[in-house]
Amino acid sequence: MLILHCPYCGIECDETELAPGGEAHLTRHGPGASDAEFEAYLFERANPKGVHFERWRHANGCGKWFLAARSTTTLEVFGTYEAQTTEPPAEIVEKIRARIPGWEARP
Amino acid sequence: MSKRLEQGGRLIDRAKPLGFVFDSNRLEGYAGDTLASALLGAGKTLVNRSYKYHRPRGIVASGAEEPNALVGLGQGARFEPDQRATTTELFDGLTAMPQNAWPSLGFDAMAVNGWMSAFMPAGFYYKTFLWPRAFWKHVYEPVIRSAAASGRPPQEPDADRYEHFHAFVDMLILGGGIAGLQAALTAGQSGARVLLLEQTPHWGGRAPVDGYEIDGKPAERWIAETLATLEAMENVTLRSRTMGAGVFDHGYALGYERVSDHMPGDGAIRHRLWKIRAKQIVTATGAIERPLSFAGNDVPGVMLASAMRDYVVNYGVAPGEKVVVVTNNDDAYRTVLALIDAGLEVPIVVDARDRNDGPLAREAMRRGVAVECGAAIMKVKGKKRVEGVMLCRANGTGGAGAPVKCDAVAMSGGWSPVVHLWSHCGGKLTWSNENAHFYPDPSRAPTGADGKPFVSTAGAASGAMGTGSVLTDAASNAAEACGAAGYAVTASAAQAVDAEEVPMKPVWVMPEQALPELRAKMFLDFQNDVKVADIQLAAKEGYESVELTKRYTTLGMANDQGKLSNINGLAILADSLNAEIPQVGTTTFRPPYQPISFGSIAGEARGATFQPLRRTPMHEWHERNGAYWEPVGHWRRPYCYPKQGESHDEAVVREVLATRNSLGLLDASTLGKLIVKGPDAGRFMDMLYTNKMSTLKPGKCRYGLMCNENGFLSDDGVAARIDAETFLCHTTSGGADRIHGWMEDWLQCEWWDWKVYVANVTEQWGQIAVVGPNARKLLEKLGGMDVSKEALPFMGWAEGELDGITARIYRISFSGELSYEIAVPAGEAMTLWSRLLTAGREWSITPYGTEALHIMRAEKGFIMIGDETDGTVIPQDLGLGWAISKKKDDYLGKRAQERSHMTSPERWKLVGLETLDGSALPDGAYAVGEGVNANGQRNTIGRVTSTYMSPTLGKGIAMGLVHHGPDRMGEVLRFVATDESVIEAKIVSPVFYDPDGEKQDV
Repeated sequence: MLILHCPYCGIECDETELAPGGEAHLTRHGPGASDAEFEAYLFERANPKGVHFERWRHANGCGKWFLAARSTTTLEVFGTYEAQTTEPPAEIVEKIRARIPGWEARP
Repeated sequence: MSKRLEQGGRLIDRAKPLGFVFDSNRLEGYAGDTLASALLGAGKTLVNRSYKYHRPRGIVASGAEEPNALVGLGQGARFEPDQRATTTELFDGLTAMPQNAWPSLGFDAMAVNGWMSAFMPAGFYYKTFLWPRAFWKHVYEPVIRSAAASGRPPQEPDADRYEHFHAFVDMLILGGGIAGLQAALTAGQSGARVLLLEQTPHWGGRAPVDGYEIDGKPAERWIAETLATLEAMENVTLRSRTMGAGVFDHGYALGYERVSDHMPGDGAIRHRLWKIRAKQIVTATGAIERPLSFAGNDVPGVMLASAMRDYVVNYGVAPGEKVVVVTNNDDAYRTVLALIDAGLEVPIVVDARDRNDGPLAREAMRRGVAVECGAAIMKVKGKKRVEGVMLCRANGTGGAGAPVKCDAVAMSGGWSPVVHLWSHCGGKLTWSNENAHFYPDPSRAPTGADGKPFVSTAGAASGAMGTGSVLTDAASNAAEACGAAGYAVTASAAQAVDAEEVPMKPVWVMPEQALPELRAKMFLDFQNDVKVADIQLAAKEGYESVELTKRYTTLGMANDQGKLSNINGLAILADSLNAEIPQVGTTTFRPPYQPISFGSIAGEARGATFQPLRRTPMHEWHERNGAYWEPVGHWRRPYCYPKQGESHDEAVVREVLATRNSLGLLDASTLGKLIVKGPDAGRFMDMLYTNKMSTLKPGKCRYGLMCNENGFLSDDGVAARIDAETFLCHTTSGGADRIHGWMEDWLQCEWWDWKVYVANVTEQWGQIAVVGPNARKLLEKLGGMDVSKEALPFMGWAEGELDGITARIYRISFSGELSYEIAVPAGEAMTLWSRLLTAGREWSITPYGTEALHIMRAEKGFIMIGDETDGTVIPQDLGLGWAISKKKDDYLGKRAQERSHMTSPERWKLVGLETLDGSALPDGAYAVGEGVNANGQRNTIGRVTSTYMSPTLGKGIAMGLVHHGPDRMGEVLRFVATDESVIEAKIVSPVFYDPDGEKQDV
């Protein structure tokens, strides 16, 4: 039962208030995309053992989607941030690197 | 023979006798007894039968680790199986039944004799019953089930109430022994909010029985004083009878409070489930004594040494009059002394160690007890109770032993810290050679959201074994945890000294070189009948992983969960594999620590409060008028309104015909209503729907389809354009929340720069469909709005006042008839419903339910999400190509629908189906083609998606998805029902009624 900070409400949310939404920072491919691009968009997920960026909705709260950087193994939360971004904020990346030296985001 | 002693028993009140019934015998115990102590006090040493061999079983332990004494407790609506006698507080009128015995405890027809057990080796479920295959269902399974059945399920609804508590604390301390009390005291002094839970009704754990001194006074007094201090602290909450059931991610924990198990039926809540969020958790869960593995260690009368001490000191009960004590450590000598103090006889102490000149052994000898070192029990004599033991050398094979008469055996194989709660959330263990046990490794603690440890241990749960060490460990670990929770405090522990003890010696098999026939009688898991020989066989057969061995042999499964059997089994496995115990590791500890009741998990969520019920404004009217309900999401919708003496089918036929021929009325309020508004609303609508919505004119409606990014149809409904920047989207009744979330997802996470917002106004509007050839006449009679074809044509909508009620009227039809859907503010919907009913009498207005709705839509060939779609169907499969815009560059699902499999001509497509004999096809039936597939199953070429007996047409009609369907008009397919009968049906157009749509457009 995770606790995640909702960057909109500013409160610590119990997992029962949240709905998961899978991997964050996917690029949508629509008409005109190649089969490979579209397949990657629909089906290919990082599923990492370690740092993961994921989507959560404060469903039983403000209703907003936000993103979380979390370790799938230790459940450590490196930070949560608003969904209106295409990549993790620099301070969260820094925080991850401070905990896991040499960590690199998946290209 | 066990018995009640003349005196003693610190927990019982001899002035308050309590009557109870066990196995149909009326017995007597005292207030303060557990069921187990009362049974022993009443001379009942045989209390159950084992799971597999139905061997006689007695009480082994005095607490949660008891493997044998499981009973069916209570009667009728308060019956509950699998209750531990050792953790069941006695009350007047208690009734209990043993579980695994038939026809009786004394004579069990299922008992497997020694020679038979050779045919039930480890993994016998996997080995024995493979052939012939048909025997499984009719012979093996029923026999195994009746032989291996444990408790029977209750037959009546639970009579009790349960509830949940939500607690938020800084420090959660699990376990109220001296370590837990010390930890709570330290934490309490820090100012942190502290919650201390203890699973038994008593505080202080084993210390009062073991008779230690703390701060220069008897443990019992220190406990009472500490409790008083804690109770006076406002920041400390204490709860006895409350077990720490599980520790989960990010400081979440479950507590299980047995509020009134000891006084059932008094109206109180029975169990309370505590859902706790704690900054720091300290497990002060103590340690559990281990059995020793010698032949016959399962005979009733063989008991853990510490449990025997508990029964004597706490309950004034003697488990036997002549007790042989067998041990590999000094703690068992405390039992020797307790037995002597109680006036019982200890003919001999069998100590597996080569020599023992420690103070405890010397004291025993001073009291005249014979101590034999380097010795072992070769085997226990007796079947239903201990009659004696045979002794032999500890390091031998067990040849010709010396007999000793006795009626009970106290055994001690050393102590294992209770590491369950530490391990639930990932705490790791390390091995102690000194104590031969696993204990928590503080450097690998469970970590929380901040990546830092949030669980620590206190006392024996840390592996601290002496009283002084326990208290020091508890104080310092609690102080450290307080610091982590933001409350600095100096650790100052109560003073006590560790008793001087001679080191224990690991003993896994007794005697060390025991021959196979002895190993086949050494039980590791008493409940599941797993023996030393079984583990050795499993290892020989290649089950080298401890997790696989557990499942293969059933070691530590069921109620035990490794409490008693774990280390002994691991040690045998390690020995068989020539490995060290730490390399073999442990099985996974999973919550709950002890079984918790289903009632406590459900809490108040049962019956009417199981989940919220959504009601339309007309809900009560439906109820009063005999609606037969159909659940739709959280709503209830009338399926039909049967009249007196009318069947549901007859009601549905009446409702359909009345609507088609004159006038019907439908409560459509559950229909999803979502507002999409903003300068970019049109652009957004074009992405959501497959068709072009941005071109829709204000005042008009359009049917639209929504797909997911896989291209599959997800929802459908009519959208209305309210004004230039506003759309109202009707969704399916069950889909409103999902589609609302879907819209929010795209707006928040993908197109966040688009100026659009959405609002779910489903409950703000009541919606009523007025349907049938006389619909217009009814609305004209009410008056206030022009509902003529010219003013309000098909697929148009208008706003106005209908009979004085503000209304939006949509001219949309899901039935194929002239139809008006009238939306009014929810608070006025019932008024309008009543007026429509009254004014509609002259046309015999008939309310209809969902089944009539479904039939009428099927007669028209309209699809239903969830019937014609199943998450793998695209609009193109359903002949809905007309609703897919060719002009748009993009919409959700468009790219997916271009994938090769989606454009394949081989996809099954929608057609109508008409049986040759006029019957209705079975729902979901498959049409079979030529030949068989790779699995030998008949090839299928289509399936039924909707099927009804049409009252309008007087014959069965159906829709289905068929391979090349639309190209095969007129062809007859063979559908197979579940009874293998074949029904022939012709492929026809899916529009059975009014194919040109003349009736709805008048």
